[in-house]
Amino acid sequence: MSQPLNTTGVHHHAHHFDSADHEFQASKQGMWIFMVTEVLMIGAIFVGYLIMRARYPEAFHEAHKLLNVKLGALNTAVLILSSYTMVRGVSAAQRGNNKLTIRMLMTTIALALVFCVVKYFEYSHKIHEGTLPGGNYTYAELSMPHVPLFFSFYFIMTGIHAFHVLVGIGLMTWMIKRVKSGEITPEFFTPVELVGFYWHFVDLVWIYLFPLLYLLG
Amino acid sequence: MSHSNTATLSNEIHGDNYLNHSKGLKSWLTTLDHKRIGLMYLATVLFFFLLGGIFALIMRLNLMSYGHPVVDANTYNKLMTFHGAIMVFLVIIPAIPGAIGNFVLPMMCGAKDVAFPRLNLASYYIYLFGALFATAALIGGGVDTGWTFYTPYSIRTSGPVILVLLGAFIAGFASILTGLNFIVTLHKLRAPGQSWSRLPLLCWALYATSIIQVLATPVLAITLVLLMMERVFKIGIFDPALGGDPILFQHFFWFYSHPAVYIMILPAMGVFSEIIPVFSRKPIFGYRAIALASFGIALVAFIVWGHHLFVSGQSELANFIFSLLTMFVAVPTGVKVFSWVGTMYKGSIRFNAPMLYAFGFIELFTIGGLTGVFLATLAIDVHMTDTYFVIAHFHYVMVGGSIMGLVGGMHYWFPKVTGRMYNETIAKWSFGFIIFGFNLTFFPQFIAGSQGMPRRYWSQLPEFDLWNRLSTVGSWFLAVGFVMVAYDMIRSARKGPIAGPNPWEALTLEWQTPSPPPHENFIETPVVTSWPYEYKPSRG
Repeated sequence: MSQPLNTTGVHHHAHHFDSADHEFQASKQGMWIFMVTEVLMIGAIFVGYLIMRARYPEAFHEAHKLLNVKLGALNTAVLILSSYTMVRGVSAAQRGNNKLTIRMLMTTIALALVFCVVKYFEYSHKIHEGTLPGGNYTYAELSMPHVPLFFSFYFIMTGIHAFHVLVGIGLMTWMIKRVKSGEITPEFFTPVELVGFYWHFVDLVWIYLFPLLYLLG
Repeated sequence: MSHSNTATLSNEIHGDNYLNHSKGLKSWLTTLDHKRIGLMYLATVLFFFLLGGIFALIMRLNLMSYGHPVVDANTYNKLMTFHGAIMVFLVIIPAIPGAIGNFVLPMMCGAKDVAFPRLNLASYYIYLFGALFATAALIGGGVDTGWTFYTPYSIRTSGPVILVLLGAFIAGFASILTGLNFIVTLHKLRAPGQSWSRLPLLCWALYATSIIQVLATPVLAITLVLLMMERVFKIGIFDPALGGDPILFQHFFWFYSHPAVYIMILPAMGVFSEIIPVFSRKPIFGYRAIALASFGIALVAFIVWGHHLFVSGQSELANFIFSLLTMFVAVPTGVKVFSWVGTMYKGSIRFNAPMLYAFGFIELFTIGGLTGVFLATLAIDVHMTDTYFVIAHFHYVMVGGSIMGLVGGMHYWFPKVTGRMYNETIAKWSFGFIIFGFNLTFFPQFIAGSQGMPRRYWSQLPEFDLWNRLSTVGSWFLAVGFVMVAYDMIRSARKGPIAGPNPWEALTLEWQTPSPPPHENFIETPVVTSWPYEYKPSRG
């Protein structure tokens, strides 16, 4: 049986790998493939959005004006900054600077939470106004056919993204725990690096969502 | 191959092997061993195969003669839905990759396990979890949407539709994780000397399958999520009453579900690419062509989904393009069929059960494939859409292809998995029942379908009675055949004669180690020095 930890807390590679580096390379490849599945999943809904947008350009144009570009831009900045702190966290883990790793992961979590809070205000404003998906749309100021469809895509796309942000917060919390346990060393930092991959991906999705939903006129 | 010596030395069935390495139910439920996980997949898949099969038998009984239904129309619709959903999502898709692939692929590479053993176990439990949701929907009153969940009906109909959708959604992740695991295993864990050009063809087939699983399944996942949102939050993307487009659902659904057909068939092609050279005692004909054809099929798989929408109001131009592209599937498929026949040509063929299944596969799959070309032809398809001709076509591909691959593979690797030999006489008789029963069940459906008998109907007109009766009787033969296989395998696993490490004199790596294999597959890591298909004809 493979034993990920021995008594000194140092990671040894699992029995079916030749070396720790061999295992690291395999894990990285696995993570890349997982990222591809994410791209396909989100890609499908992007395609759906683009088809409907091409079909009802006026409705989507009017609807997108109801989004708050300032809050969207703020969140974009927050996420880009969080990608920077994540890179620094991963780099600190590679060099064995556990204190800095933990500090950077905590900053990243804080930024992710800021994103969630901003998103919360955006969502509650929309619920209050009634700019809601499909059959739930009740906003009286703009009653054009297919406007509710825009909000269906808005909520689904940003909702799936927000779900990924929450998962990211969970993963980073777990990483802090693992760094604290002394398991992460310059010889074994795979989990931190892979969570870093994941976080950059989540940021990247937002980089596409923001112009597509908020800016495109 | 360097390992035949050590293999014969430790040929004892009672030595340390993966079955007795650790004991108790818990050691199975928490195992990280790919071989045990493969067997757990197999047991679960076969359970659902039985369930889906019973539903099919009831449906056939219902259609046996005009005016004598055995279930009411609503029940029939539910049986139809669950027969389809169970057989597709819980049986055929996970069957060969999850069971046979898990057991054999790491050994064929010369590896101790798959790249991510924990993820592999997780994939099994995710599959089981998805299956439980589907079962809950069955107990909770059933669903009548058909396995394709077409909108807007699936938005409006009552019943626990969401549970079935969740079940398929969750089971999809199991499929993704299996594919991911196989790709990394093939890239990173091949034994020294096991170069790409020496890789067994089943590995190539499973690689191509994995690519489809990884790329297509996420699209189904998001589609099912959207459909659930339709039902819960009325988002209206697929609902025409709310400005949405039900045809968009069909596009999304078939963007996964057409490639899924190749998730089902490619592994079976891989299984027979192993069996045919071993039992023909000849090197495989067209190794490179067969390997590349798997990728050719995987590629074309992604650009033909529109042929499911020929009569859904798709544009004429799109229909024409999808029709043309669909016919391209026949090219790499034909390359494979001709290569198998070329392998058999002038070989010294052994007529053991796995080889019989290979013959059965080539016969049934060729009929299934060629009728696929009929259906790709627009002028024919507009008349055949939603008739039994389509039903017969895809059963020839899915049962005649995938299930033949599963059962043939189960016979072929039975001595490796259990260390014992199945009973050849029972195996041959059961094959006879299956091939006869299958053709009797489904060939009449081609005829009835071409005369216009519609699919999904609870009751059919009396003029189709002859074909329906033949078909129902055929389904009994088919059932008897499968029961015989089950009886033989359960009995032989305990009482069969000791098989030895390599009863088929095969050259792939999984046969160069004791049967059942040790916990880490090989006593020492094999070093591969040759191609696995250098068979020489035996004398006489």
